[in-house]
Amino acid sequence: MSASDHLIPVVVSNVVEVNPIIKRFEFKHVNGDELPAFSGGAHIVVEMLDDGTKRKNPYSLMSSPFERDQYAISVRRDDTGRGGSKFMHEQVRPGMEMKISAPVNLFSLDLRAKKHLMIAGGIGITPFIAQMAQADKLGVPFELHYAARSVSQAAYMDSLADRFGDHVSCYCDDQGEGVDFETLLSSQPLGTHVYVCGPKGMIERVVETATHLGWPAAHVHFEHFLAPPVGEPFEVHLVKAGIDITVGAEQSLLEAVEASGTPINCMCRGGACGQCETAVVACDGEIMHNDHWLDEEQRASKQLIMPCVSRFRGKRLELDL
Amino acid sequence: MTIQFKDESFRGDFSYANSPSNIPRFPFPFPEDEYMYSTNIEPHHAARAGSPFENAFDVDEHYVAEMKDRALVLAEDPGRCQALPHMETAGWDFVELVMVSKARDYPDLFKLTMDGDRWHWINKPLQIDDTFTFGDSSTLPCHPMEYIGRQVQGDHAILDQRDGNLWLDAGIITAQADWSLDFDVGMNFFEWHAPVPLAHELGVFQRALKFLLTLPQGQPSRRLNWTLTVNPRLDTSPENYPKWGPDRMTVTPENIGEKVHLRVELQTFWRLPRSNAILFPIRTYLMAMNEVVTQPKWARRIHRVMRDLRPELVEYKGLSRYHPILVEWLSQFDDGAPTSPGIFPD
Repeated sequence: MSASDHLIPVVVSNVVEVNPIIKRFEFKHVNGDELPAFSGGAHIVVEMLDDGTKRKNPYSLMSSPFERDQYAISVRRDDTGRGGSKFMHEQVRPGMEMKISAPVNLFSLDLRAKKHLMIAGGIGITPFIAQMAQADKLGVPFELHYAARSVSQAAYMDSLADRFGDHVSCYCDDQGEGVDFETLLSSQPLGTHVYVCGPKGMIERVVETATHLGWPAAHVHFEHFLAPPVGEPFEVHLVKAGIDITVGAEQSLLEAVEASGTPINCMCRGGACGQCETAVVACDGEIMHNDHWLDEEQRASKQLIMPCVSRFRGKRLELDL
Repeated sequence: MTIQFKDESFRGDFSYANSPSNIPRFPFPFPEDEYMYSTNIEPHHAARAGSPFENAFDVDEHYVAEMKDRALVLAEDPGRCQALPHMETAGWDFVELVMVSKARDYPDLFKLTMDGDRWHWINKPLQIDDTFTFGDSSTLPCHPMEYIGRQVQGDHAILDQRDGNLWLDAGIITAQADWSLDFDVGMNFFEWHAPVPLAHELGVFQRALKFLLTLPQGQPSRRLNWTLTVNPRLDTSPENYPKWGPDRMTVTPENIGEKVHLRVELQTFWRLPRSNAILFPIRTYLMAMNEVVTQPKWARRIHRVMRDLRPELVEYKGLSRYHPILVEWLSQFDDGAPTSPGIFPD
């Protein structure tokens, strides 16, 4: 059983070009029903039927958790990726019917926080748009620090500044602006929780700075928005199913297992939730662990793999599926 | 189906009993002739018409009496209902889930009319007719969790999810099998399960936590748990141990069939949408051994399970004092014939 077994049929109600690399997609239930309630930071998995290939990518919900007549996501086009964002940008049009999963939240606000400090880099802004609507309604103090490469790529920067005023600070690399994490994190009231979503380097800097300043680990939250990486095709033997499958260059191992009809659990499809953890029966080669779930020891043991994002290079890989 | 609600007690004269038609729908907890811990979780799908698994929140003939017993417990000990300050959103999630489910599953008993955030709720069995603003606790007579918790059978714990763990941060607990919300409130998953023997070594809690942390919205799960209770007493709390502990010394071979009750918890797990918390209903069903043995399959099986129960579990479940008498008494109903798989009676 997995979240994506219970898909919700939706119709694309709107597609908006936010800037040259980002489009916003809005979905309504095909029957006009209310969509499930959710909490800020939640994502949905969008199923894409791309010329015979079934792709499923997670995207953060950016619409207000208090509006249930439609959902909105934003997709950054990645021409070097597996094709999911390209499909969304090129193929998806208003009126098209698609399927999405119910919302899943692996990046929720800690509701005990006295203040929410949000730090976004680039397309990492999307979960915070929903979280700010939630914090605003609950009446809890919050602050957003949003950094983007350039003014032209800073999606929603102006509208967020208009909507939330002093709660929002913006920084554009091409204007020579940047967030001073040391100053920001050392000037917060007790009981503040910090949330960061953006490029890997930004997450690491925020976590390091917070740790260095003595922030409790439980007050530091981050979400890697990880898409399954592309790579060389590889063969895998599924022991229980008794079959060999080929994982294509632009396909994830999880997608290849699903395409073979073999049952497998999964949820986030981004290496974070742990649901698809699979035992390795035999491994003659190297597992490219791309997940955020397994620890160093587990990786080195070559006994576990996260098929949603990890890949293999070598002679033979056998999985307990 | 119209349910005839019984006027009965879970204390004092213990007039609680199951009607003959209610016995076969009991959630008998043993799918096999032997029992050991397992993470026996399955999807909480609608299953088997007439069974306690048919609806999201089962309502049966004991509903009104159980809610009266809850009110008595809360009047004596308000600490049985506690919510840490960050759990109010979860309380509203709980209100929505119960009202929407009951109005859908029992339209002759419950009615919910929603006009935006303005909700009108009618609970006919409890004669409640209230209008309130969803999300605004000042429009209810009490905390949303307490408001709805007084209208739904079973105890309800609400688990906050953070830091890769679950935290028991709210609950309305008046019918518990010897655990204390007042003691456990604020604990994490491993802390509140610490007293359970054997299961830690088996890795049961690690697996269960991993499962629960990724519990998807709209896909609830369930499991059954069990113990034995002397007399049909719902409130077997540590706080009231002096009231029920000594009951165990009253069991004799003559009265064991009416005194000793199989106590089954139908535990369900629900991801709550706005709070991202997990609602954990613990619905207790009680059935006297005399009633259990009216079903030949159950009679044979419960004898085998009790006879072969591991000593650690006999001790942990508090059965030591009367366990040998019970096994002896049950043996008269076991002719050694094979039993069919599954929990439902033949």
